[in-house]
Amino acid sequence: MAATINKKIIHGIYDDEVPLLEACNKLKTAGIKIADVFTPFPIHGIDPIIGVPRTRLAICAFIYGLTGLGLATLMMWYMMVSDWPTDVGGKPNWAYYFNIPAFIPISFESTVFCAGHGMALTYLLRCMLVPGAKAKNPDPRTTNDKFMIYLELNDEQATKADGILRAAGASEVNYKGTITETLAY
Amino acid sequence: MSNLNFTFPQKAKTFTYVLMGIGLVSIIAAFIFDKPAVADEHYHHTRAWANILINSFFFMAIGLAAAFFLGLQYAAESGWSTTVKRVIEAVAWFLPWGLSLMMLMFLLGQFGIHHLYAFFDKDLMMHDAKLQAKMGYFGWFWWLRTILYMVGWVYFTYKLRKNSLDADSATDNSLHWKNVKLGAWFMVLFAVTSSTSSWDWLMSIDIHWFSTLFGWYVFSGMWISAIISMILITVYLKKLGYLEFVTESTVHDLGKWMFAISFLWTYLYFSQFMLYWYADIPEEIIYFQQRWENYKPLMWTVFFINFACPMIMLMSRDSKRNFWFLTFVGFVIFVGHYLDIVMMVMPGTVGNHWTGLSWMEVGPFLGFLGLFIHVVFTNLSKRPLMVKNHPFLNESLHHSI
Repeated sequence: MAATINKKIIHGIYDDEVPLLEACNKLKTAGIKIADVFTPFPIHGIDPIIGVPRTRLAICAFIYGLTGLGLATLMMWYMMVSDWPTDVGGKPNWAYYFNIPAFIPISFESTVFCAGHGMALTYLLRCMLVPGAKAKNPDPRTTNDKFMIYLELNDEQATKADGILRAAGASEVNYKGTITETLAY
Repeated sequence: MSNLNFTFPQKAKTFTYVLMGIGLVSIIAAFIFDKPAVADEHYHHTRAWANILINSFFFMAIGLAAAFFLGLQYAAESGWSTTVKRVIEAVAWFLPWGLSLMMLMFLLGQFGIHHLYAFFDKDLMMHDAKLQAKMGYFGWFWWLRTILYMVGWVYFTYKLRKNSLDADSATDNSLHWKNVKLGAWFMVLFAVTSSTSSWDWLMSIDIHWFSTLFGWYVFSGMWISAIISMILITVYLKKLGYLEFVTESTVHDLGKWMFAISFLWTYLYFSQFMLYWYADIPEEIIYFQQRWENYKPLMWTVFFINFACPMIMLMSRDSKRNFWFLTFVGFVIFVGHYLDIVMMVMPGTVGNHWTGLSWMEVGPFLGFLGLFIHVVFTNLSKRPLMVKNHPFLNESLHHSI
């Protein structure tokens, strides 16, 4: 069995981030779910209000960094100790730990390289910002000077949200059709 | 608006007097009880003198780095630090006290009261072919440079602070823009003199040895110590109920500076070590050989406190916003950078008579710390805790990251 529900798509447009934050706070208090917010620049402190969870990118960075460190160590150990030990500047490479100061710069560089590139690629893939990707921005003006709250609500909530959006000082409230959501039982 | 006039609490004042008393007693005791580990006719209370020099330099450098940081905020036209500007100014004005102590040490050296600096001893210099070649760099030229640094630094710090106070009652921003220019010129002066002064005052202890990187290494260390002083004072004042207009984000930013410069220090410390270790040239490696032989535990301690501690404990955002945690880590690194100066001075002066850290280090450190706190808090109580008419004040009051 499945039931369907019709939801209105609402764009609340603002000229400034302060009224937008106020509207977000009020919507949250009223128990209305904010689907997304589009702004020309990042707004500090908005994440907990609109319910964006804390990023896990830092954990990824740590893992990529360790990978880089491991790869560099393996590479240098193989080249300088295992495969062809060389005497550089009177410092024979018969053991890795013995010449550790010489290996630190490359370990550092490789760690930073892998962490940096890994983070960038993860971010791009997670956001699906691959070459040829279609822009998902519903209103291009939010890349210029407009701030937008994006809502998907049923009729009852939509009426309530409309009032809140306007009361907080929205310059426009646009209705962009409906979507049908299937509720599974 | 809250209370902007800081009064030095009587309890804290008494505490600083107690610290200074401990310092004075231990310095006198060090002169009486300090004996070389093995008989040595060249050992004249060297450890006691070295400790006075270490502390004079360490706390002078905090004032100097704070003055640099003050100039930097103006030159960079940064807004976030405006609410803590008076704290930076108060720390910076320890500079004349620190420089007076340094000058006292130099004069005592010139008149042969202590023998920390070999270049004050003409006979010794003339009997060494390597040092004969360096004669021109020391002597009157050394004194000229020393006086130039001192006059230059104090002039800029005094001017920056005076303009900042005058701006409180000004009607326009002209004094602020004057300070921007002043700050920029101070950066130019400081860029050169921070390096050369550390060569003249610290590197010259190991008179045969030289390192072009030494200046940056010393500078990065003093910068962290200054930032930590600012953090500790800000947190303390907030606890007393002042500075509630300083946002958590401003303290977070100061914490970031502490974190970031710790890596600058590590980078420079390691770079200096690695190049000498790799080249392994006798006249260069001697510096690290002395430290490796007689100071190995301290050498490792300094490196790990100042590198691993901030890396592990300050990496996460939450740790930099937790005042208790920030204070704890700050204290640890502060001591770490004091020990770093110990590592620069002791091997070249006390050398193999070193018997490990003892009350002879702890006592004078506490004494000078007491003086430092006393001077800085007195400076703080002399002017309002918030600047007025600063063009970026509003930005700083709403600073949020």
